[in-house]
Amino acid sequence: MDEFSRLSLHVPEPAVRPGGQPDFSNVKIPKAGSVPRPEVDVAPEEIRDLAFSIIRVLNREGEAVGPWAGLLSDAELLAGLRHMMMLRAFDARMLMAQRQGKTSFYMQHLGEEAVSCAFRRALRKGDMNFPTYRQAGLLIADDYPMVEMMNQIFSNESDPCHGRQLPVMYTSKEHGFFTISGNLATQYVQAVGWAMASAIKNDTRIAAGWIGDGSTAESDFHSSLVFASTYRAPVILNIVNNQWAISTFQGIARGGSGTFAARGLGFGIPALRVDGNDYLAVYAVARWAAERARRNLGPTLIEYVTYRVGAHSTSDDPSAYRPKTESEAWPLGDPVLRLKKHLIVRGAWSEERHAQAEAEITDEVIQAQKQAESHGTLHAGGKPSVRDIFEGVYAEMPPHIRRQRQKAGY
Amino acid sequence: MARMTMIEAVRSAMDVSMARDENVVVFGEDVGYFGGVFRCTQGLQAKYGKTRCFDAPISESGIVGTAIGMAAYGLKPCVEIQFADYMYPAYDQITQEAARIRYRSNGDFTCPIVLRMPTGGGIFGGQTHSQSPEALFTHVCGLKVIVPSNPYDAKGLLISAIEDPDPVMFLEPKRLYNGPFDGHHERPVTPWSKHELGDVPEGHYTIPIGKAEIRRKGSAVTVVAYGTMVHVALAAAEETGIDAEVIDLRSLLPLDLDTIVQSVTKTGRCVVVHEATLTSGFGAELVSLVQEHCFYHLEAPVVRVTGWDTPYPHAQEWDYFPGPARVGRALTEVMEA
Ligand SMILES: Cc1ncc(C[n+]2csc(CCOP(=O)(O)OP(=O)(O)O)c2C)c(N)n1
Repeated sequence: MDEFSRLSLHVPEPAVRPGGQPDFSNVKIPKAGSVPRPEVDVAPEEIRDLAFSIIRVLNREGEAVGPWAGLLSDAELLAGLRHMMMLRAFDARMLMAQRQGKTSFYMQHLGEEAVSCAFRRALRKGDMNFPTYRQAGLLIADDYPMVEMMNQIFSNESDPCHGRQLPVMYTSKEHGFFTISGNLATQYVQAVGWAMASAIKNDTRIAAGWIGDGSTAESDFHSSLVFASTYRAPVILNIVNNQWAISTFQGIARGGSGTFAARGLGFGIPALRVDGNDYLAVYAVARWAAERARRNLGPTLIEYVTYRVGAHSTSDDPSAYRPKTESEAWPLGDPVLRLKKHLIVRGAWSEERHAQAEAEITDEVIQAQKQAESHGTLHAGGKPSVRDIFEGVYAEMPPHIRRQRQKAGY
Repeated sequence: MARMTMIEAVRSAMDVSMARDENVVVFGEDVGYFGGVFRCTQGLQAKYGKTRCFDAPISESGIVGTAIGMAAYGLKPCVEIQFADYMYPAYDQITQEAARIRYRSNGDFTCPIVLRMPTGGGIFGGQTHSQSPEALFTHVCGLKVIVPSNPYDAKGLLISAIEDPDPVMFLEPKRLYNGPFDGHHERPVTPWSKHELGDVPEGHYTIPIGKAEIRRKGSAVTVVAYGTMVHVALAAAEETGIDAEVIDLRSLLPLDLDTIVQSVTKTGRCVVVHEATLTSGFGAELVSLVQEHCFYHLEAPVVRVTGWDTPYPHAQEWDYFPGPARVGRALTEVMEA
């Protein structure tokens, strides 16, 4: 008799589907302030636990507690709150603009605002991000003009990308924002290359790569870890784990065990998990990683544990694959409300001031939208020229493209 | 017979094939529970279980590599690459591995896989949701390359592809998923239900790979097209009133050269239309073949109408797209030459 039974294939499934009760019992959440803060030059093997825990600063009462707290002043926190509120208001308007047919497509950040907004504040001018489509907070928190972002989304005559790029695929060298590709994960390894170059040239600037939980399955993610660890590149490797990759739950990229952060351990890269809905925790961890990079101690891998409250994009319908109330059940709360509460507890903010700020910000976004729309939207008003199709393929237009441009009548 | 969109026809092809052959498995990004971002695989997991239709990690190289391994075992994987634009991470597995396994192992191992992928523009998809990469595959020996232009063909060809013993690239023009298209983006799309080729048998049937179809008889000029461009070519012929014969290639590799040669020998003129970039596009191959085989019958130089040699722009998509006006001008040009 054979001691082995027949094989069967394991296909991971999320805990619940539409109609079921949202269930996050699998997300083990340590108390705020309970995870230690190691020195930046700690040996990676001494902090393996940090790849499995979750660093949190803000507790349920809105207080900042523990070793990762105390880094930001009232003014800095108020600026952070403003950035997140701005991003949220911006998203709401642009989502509506897409529904009104003013652009073809939009991707929002609802629930994930703290990640990019807080991270940006840990970087310096000159550092370079290699973002995905869900980090517009990097631009907002760096005071990139909102009107320019909208011009890009509307593909209008003032679009800095001349109508060539999909909406939300911004680019700004000046603001440390590498041009976005629609092809997932490609930018992650490029971030490592940029950081290696900075080290080769004995520069002081560092890089940050960005990837979603689903995209960590791409080979480019694994190549990034190989190069980052081999050359100890001054790079921060960010994984935004928002639980979903379109309709596919995070277990499909990760399998049933371990964490995304833990993927760094085999490479000897210090890996930390952080509460992605906690502005203070995100900032603290980003600053820790940035300091490591600046001190030439090499790469850090950070997993932001968060939740994608909105749809994947305007082409997606999340109610088809997850319970409608799942986002409300998310145990780490709302990043804007949590920071607001903290500021109120600190005595630096109030409900009235918040309501007033909300109104002001909405107004600011509407004004920006008006200004952007005066330059046109996708289907109406000013447009980039057809001539722009042919420019910029090469530094200098070769004759065959010139001929094609002429054929097109331009 | 049932009325089907191209999406439904593609789904029906997989359904019929999975029912007939237990070795057919379907997987790819979002294809399991959700049924794919275009819903081509909707219902298959519920019907056949999650080990025959399942979600894959976002890893095209992983998807194609595992499909090759499954095929080596004896399964028939029919996988979805979410957009053709995302096939590139798998390019090595496709071109160096899948395409050559039969040849290099002297038939010891084979690779009966199908890689389905939405292609082409016309939906404001920008640079990374609009590409037509067929020439990257037709340049590779060992692959078959299919581009259907209607629901009836899509189903028959996909079943043939799944039953084919070799790797098949199945490029689905997404502009045609929900209805035929006449190249005029501002006009509403006619549903496939009003089109004769939306009449699709529910059961099993095949269309041979490597056979073109003449969509419009004509004697003045031959238009060679495939996918979305078949509809644009038909519109251009109607709008110019030129007596054009329109050939729908359906299969680019292997290619039905006889049908092309017979037609061009008869008409003496030829226009080749595709959506992909001009330089080194599949049109270059077609034009060479026409001049090689029909030179003494040609009354005018063969002309290509294609996308421009630039990435696919988002805002100026309809100026990039070879519409009926551009095809019409080319028809007039070759008629006057
Ligand atoms: C190479 C490649 N494959 C597939 C896609 C299609 N696609 C776009 S977004 C997406 C899901 C990404 O999920 P995740 O990485 O978790 O990021 P999130 O959208 O959740 O922020 C997929 C599959 C793509 N853009 N590029």
